[in-house]
Amino acid sequence: MKAFFNKVLYFLHIKKKPQAVAQSTNGLMVAEPDVGNMYLDTYKEDSYNEESNTIIRLVSPKSKKKDYAVKGIEDVASKNNWKAWLYLGPVIILIAVFLLYPLINTIFIAFAKDYSYATGTFKGITLENFGVIFHITPTGAGGWEENFIKYAIPNTLIITFVTVPVSIALALLISVALNSIKWFQKFLQTVFFLPYVTNAVAIGLVFSVIFNKDGIINYIFNSNITWIYGAERWVAMIPLCIYIVWHSLPFKILILLSGLQGVDKQYYQAAQIDAASKFKTLTRITVPLLSPQILYLMITSFIAAFKEYTSVVSMFGGPGTLGKNSITPDMETIVYYVYQNVEKGLTSRAAAAAVFLFVVILVFTFIQMKVSKARVHY
Amino acid sequence: MSEAVKVNKQYIDFKKERVYPNLVLSIEESSKTVDAIKRTEKIMKIVSTILTYAFILVLAIGVIFPFYWMIITSLKQREEIIASTQTFFPQIVMWTNYSYVFTVFDFTNYMLNTIIVAIFSTIGTLLTTIFAAFAFARLKFKGRDAVFAIFLMTMMIPGEMMVISNYLTVSAFGWVSDQTRLEAFLCMIVPFWISVFYIYLLRQNFKQIPNELYLAAKVDGKSDWSFLWKVMVPLAAPTLISITILKFMGTWNSYVWPALVTKKDEFRLISNGLRGSAFTDPDTNEVEYGYQMAASFCVTVPLFLLFVFFRKYIMRGVGRAGIKG
Repeated sequence: MKAFFNKVLYFLHIKKKPQAVAQSTNGLMVAEPDVGNMYLDTYKEDSYNEESNTIIRLVSPKSKKKDYAVKGIEDVASKNNWKAWLYLGPVIILIAVFLLYPLINTIFIAFAKDYSYATGTFKGITLENFGVIFHITPTGAGGWEENFIKYAIPNTLIITFVTVPVSIALALLISVALNSIKWFQKFLQTVFFLPYVTNAVAIGLVFSVIFNKDGIINYIFNSNITWIYGAERWVAMIPLCIYIVWHSLPFKILILLSGLQGVDKQYYQAAQIDAASKFKTLTRITVPLLSPQILYLMITSFIAAFKEYTSVVSMFGGPGTLGKNSITPDMETIVYYVYQNVEKGLTSRAAAAAVFLFVVILVFTFIQMKVSKARVHY
Repeated sequence: MSEAVKVNKQYIDFKKERVYPNLVLSIEESSKTVDAIKRTEKIMKIVSTILTYAFILVLAIGVIFPFYWMIITSLKQREEIIASTQTFFPQIVMWTNYSYVFTVFDFTNYMLNTIIVAIFSTIGTLLTTIFAAFAFARLKFKGRDAVFAIFLMTMMIPGEMMVISNYLTVSAFGWVSDQTRLEAFLCMIVPFWISVFYIYLLRQNFKQIPNELYLAAKVDGKSDWSFLWKVMVPLAAPTLISITILKFMGTWNSYVWPALVTKKDEFRLISNGLRGSAFTDPDTNEVEYGYQMAASFCVTVPLFLLFVFFRKYIMRGVGRAGIKG
């Protein structure tokens, strides 16, 4: 009886038809039997259900899909499944071709015996490639490969363990100082960001001019040290590390400064009342509060230092201090070793070195996550 | 009651100064008066400010010095550069160093190559990033979180892992042997059409766009496609600008991959040209630092201009990486 009256009221436009949106917010009971199936079929608009956070459409209780028929609704958003895959298509194809396939393929090449990249043939699975680069097994020609263990790994380790702590400590001091000053703060902030927006090769060349034997550094310090061309390996490490620190500072300062600006001023006021010294404030308040940022920087800069390559190329022009004419690759890093062997066509060695790098990076990241979990204040 | 009044009487009423005309109030801390403490505090503050500024300025000079030296050296004569007495300003300003860069060292060609590669790889990256970010942020499908997790995990893989196989892949596409200019460009563009980090960045941005906008558009009968281009992309414009600039800078700096895949010098990018042998005297095997620095300056200037005009976007894009969430 009530249903009949309602229908009449709707027909005469006295009572408004229930709107889909309004109905669904009251609950899912849109398919009131007294409204009738005919009415429900006319409602095709999508509406939103807050409880299930889905976009729904009213359907007839006679719908073929049982789930929808019972509730009288269907989830429109999840219905367009294939469309989502269409949007993701280009990325998935590119990632598969240029990211995942290479990853698997490189690991495979590293373990394949006598892999030929021209034909793609190999003679079984072996650890020989790793043996060769680690100076355990002789190369196929009968010689010994020692560049990796003698130059690439030690150089990379030196770069990592010198530049990462130095640059983070320096960046921390600079950003604390920048945060505390009043005049020219924005200007100085911009100045410290400048090294980020440069061409790495161009500035590497500049550094090699500055550290030239006849260059400005020797002139200022009144010394006569060969820093770059034909330098001793350990001496040449100094300008290299200075350049890497110089180049990595802006990113770190930016991250730390944005972290500092989010720190509650109350901590510092409390420290002031307790008459804490500046050094104590730095070590007891600033560093713990910035620990998430510092952890992030440590992980990223460890990885970046392990992958150092452009700095060597731009400063020395080759794997050794004699540039392209170097007989011994005494400035080589792990990544440099990989690229050199790709160029030489020694794909197996390059792959083995790349896999080694991959594993080291993974382990480092993992250890750092574990160790700092207890110490990081979030 | 009476007791309380008694206690009150013990206090000194400072308002009635006339009662105690000779009273001088003095709070002492380790035999220093308030004025003395205030004075030392002020002095300490000034000293620490000066020290802070000195520290910052010394480092700032260290940061700027390479740029200064690049410009100065680019304007010097060869004799002056290697002279035993270094000068902080060129004695004879050599503008010819710059004209050499544009004539002998084929700077315009390298520049053009770099710009073409940068434009096309940026466009490709933007498109794939927008689509993927939209799918992850807005659409619902089975396995969405799993796919996104896999995407994020690929960020852990060092790019050097991929270089070996990617080199084999582009060779298999026939882009390396008998290389034409187009093939060389394809080698340098196509593998860089993906950036998981930018997808992540844009997805976070898309997620901030309120649900109600999407629902309103849906109720109005808009398709996902038009919603993406008419609403989401304009709203996420700042992030997209950041991505564009950072990507452009990435191409400007790329060195390894172009050096590996291009077989002729004329196809290479600006960084390769800089490190090339054009600045080495073939007879004496000595580097012409003046020319080299002039070219370095020309390569650095566009990046500087970009930085001056888009400082906000660059710093935001770079800084976003460090913010958790």
